[in-house]
Amino acid sequence: MFYREAGQFKTSYAADQTVFPIVQDRWGVAAMVAIAFVGVPLVASEYMLQAVLIPFLIFALAAIGLNLLTGYCGQVSLGTGGFMMVGGYMTYKLTTTFPDVNILIVFVFAGLCAALVGFVFGLPSLRIKGFYLAVATLAAQFFLGWTFNKVGWFYNYNPSGTITAPPRELFGITITGPTASAEVRYLVVLCIVAVFAMMAKNLVRGRVGRSWMAIRDMDIAAEIIGIQPIRTKLMAFTISSFYCGVAGAMMVFLWLGSAETEAFDINQSFLVLFMVIIGGLGSILGSFLGAAFVIITPIILTNAPPMFGIDLPIDLQKHIEIMLFGSLIVFFLIVEPHGLARLWQIAKEKLRLWPFPY
Amino acid sequence: MKLKTLILAGIAGATGLSAVAASPALAQGDQFFPMLVYRTGPYAPSGIPVANGFRDYYTLINNRDGGINGVKISFEECETEYNTKLGVECYEKLKNNGSTGASLFNPYSTGITYQLIPKAAVDEVPILSMGYGRTAAADGRVFEWVFNFPTTYWSQASAFINYVAQQEGGFEKLKGMKIAHVHHNSAYGKEANPTLEALAKKFGYKLTLLAVDHPGQEQKATWLQIRRLKPDWVFMSGWGVMNQVAIKEAASINFKMDNFVGNWWSGSDADVIPAGKGAVGYKSATFHGPGAAWQVHKDIVKHVYGGDESKAKANNVGEVLYNRAVVNAMFGVEAIRTAQGKFGNKAMTGKQVRWGLENLNITEARLKDLGMEGFTRAVKVSCIDHETGGPIVIQQWDGAKWSIVSDWIPTLRDVVRPMVETAAANYAAENKITPRTCN
Repeated sequence: MFYREAGQFKTSYAADQTVFPIVQDRWGVAAMVAIAFVGVPLVASEYMLQAVLIPFLIFALAAIGLNLLTGYCGQVSLGTGGFMMVGGYMTYKLTTTFPDVNILIVFVFAGLCAALVGFVFGLPSLRIKGFYLAVATLAAQFFLGWTFNKVGWFYNYNPSGTITAPPRELFGITITGPTASAEVRYLVVLCIVAVFAMMAKNLVRGRVGRSWMAIRDMDIAAEIIGIQPIRTKLMAFTISSFYCGVAGAMMVFLWLGSAETEAFDINQSFLVLFMVIIGGLGSILGSFLGAAFVIITPIILTNAPPMFGIDLPIDLQKHIEIMLFGSLIVFFLIVEPHGLARLWQIAKEKLRLWPFPY
Repeated sequence: MKLKTLILAGIAGATGLSAVAASPALAQGDQFFPMLVYRTGPYAPSGIPVANGFRDYYTLINNRDGGINGVKISFEECETEYNTKLGVECYEKLKNNGSTGASLFNPYSTGITYQLIPKAAVDEVPILSMGYGRTAAADGRVFEWVFNFPTTYWSQASAFINYVAQQEGGFEKLKGMKIAHVHHNSAYGKEANPTLEALAKKFGYKLTLLAVDHPGQEQKATWLQIRRLKPDWVFMSGWGVMNQVAIKEAASINFKMDNFVGNWWSGSDADVIPAGKGAVGYKSATFHGPGAAWQVHKDIVKHVYGGDESKAKANNVGEVLYNRAVVNAMFGVEAIRTAQGKFGNKAMTGKQVRWGLENLNITEARLKDLGMEGFTRAVKVSCIDHETGGPIVIQQWDGAKWSIVSDWIPTLRDVVRPMVETAAANYAAENKITPRTCN
């Protein structure tokens, strides 16, 4: 009834090629963005921002990064945590060395460092595929973790090896460090994620994304029609690592405030991979849905029993949470192996016929 | 999937999420203690006795004394799994609970402490990281809101070297000696390294640093290295499951247990029991007595467990980490009592608790009143010194129980304090903090 594209005629190529071709989608997304930018900071509590929304957005960006590589280009990677680590540590190193440089520029440079590292660790992908590549990227995870633990230069030789986000300003407002309010940090994260998500969306619709998908679907066929595997795969690794690097930088500077290599361990890589798989491979929306599922569900499960007046011992509650979360993952994967994004797609198709399906 | 199911699922999710923001209301006028605990995960063997110790001491104060000068204690646990990210979530969740907000945080994780140090100053909630966390926080001029008395990792490492010197017959004997530090590869484990390195330069022993990666279940390679190296002494900074594995491995290579000393987080009952006979002779540092024979334990059994000793034992009463939590909870409660002395007998705010911590003066006489005479030592905190550099004792496991085998061993304050001040000054410069002056 409401979700109909009947009567929406496209009269130009530009109109046909817009990101959201359906008017309702356009309005829907605009409304969501408006709520996220204006509504949420007005009503959300500090706990909501700090413990739920900021990590959700940061992980969504990391998931987009991995989705570009795994979902679109078909290269399995377990090095996400490592690339995020590069972003976090390089931001720290750069901003303590050049304290006057705008922190957002530092984020970009840290992302570029991560991109360079991703490029190097992407080289094996030219020779090996599938599970073997996953193992090769696992090496990135462990090697980078070892490096940032071992080489004191990265954390300015402080005794514990922990990096701490110093206070940095943007247009006179403190956006990092302890004095930055949760609202400000949330808005900065949201701006960065919105811009990068939009970029990713456009990237995958264009020539680059199409060549990634060609490589993913059948690399020999792609090569025959003139796509260079070397360039395409390495580009996927580089851009994916750039995204992960920026996510890692935000994680240290806009969410946690300080971190050690432990914060980016192998579990992190798996977590982001789960987000991508649960959310939907090859879908930007899926990255958001996956991140929301993985980050927010455990928090809801932890907070649910006390709210209904059920007073469980804390350890029992934790174990129940782990079990429920695990069964939810299994449930969703059985119901829809193509991820939450696919569920949304089905919902959209049904909405078109609602309330009179035939 | 049906559309209806989808929508229902969406609504259910949204309701759950919106309800997250609301936290349970607590009784008015209570003094609220947040508790970051870990009763699950690989660190649970260490986390459970700690959590029980806190809970029992707070309950004891409520049941025996009717609260702190009549102000009832309320507390809430939040599970962190020793994970820094969950720790931050718990902090955000609990910091505004209770009638006056959180009194003080005891993170029981060096990683979480590092996260909370900058936040605490902004939220005006003091952190009492008793014998862990950032050692530089001992400089109260830079770290106004953080306390780590009675002593720190750096002081402890210096006291360990002092102990080795005592055992070997003087500091000059240390020259050419081989000492290995087996440590958890994290901010916590690495804390002692700079002190051990500085002292290695000073006394001429050869230091080997051996890192064990989280969580520490696999240490074959580390102990193979030790077997090859044949160090005279091994010092360990471990936590959770890492400790018992290390002790088992040490036993399996027949390392002389008398020369294997853990720090105070590597010497609880759960660490030695799994190693069986192999653990006999293993030593560790501590700053309070072991066992449940102290007056305060008798009070706990009487007032918390209604005299049921077996139930008390099942809840870890008398274990090393349980006792440490009791000491820690006592410091917190006494700080509030101190603050009440100035601000009146009501629930204290974080700011007032901070004043109480900074002016805390627990004398031997006071310890006697608390049923802790001989259990731990008197402590006097000051504005400039949040650590007090207290001495340590060495306890040894005999296969059935821990017993104290040394006198109080002084720390090498002349070495440690300048290092603390340098580290604090670096932190202040990096984070643009102007140190306050202490008079």
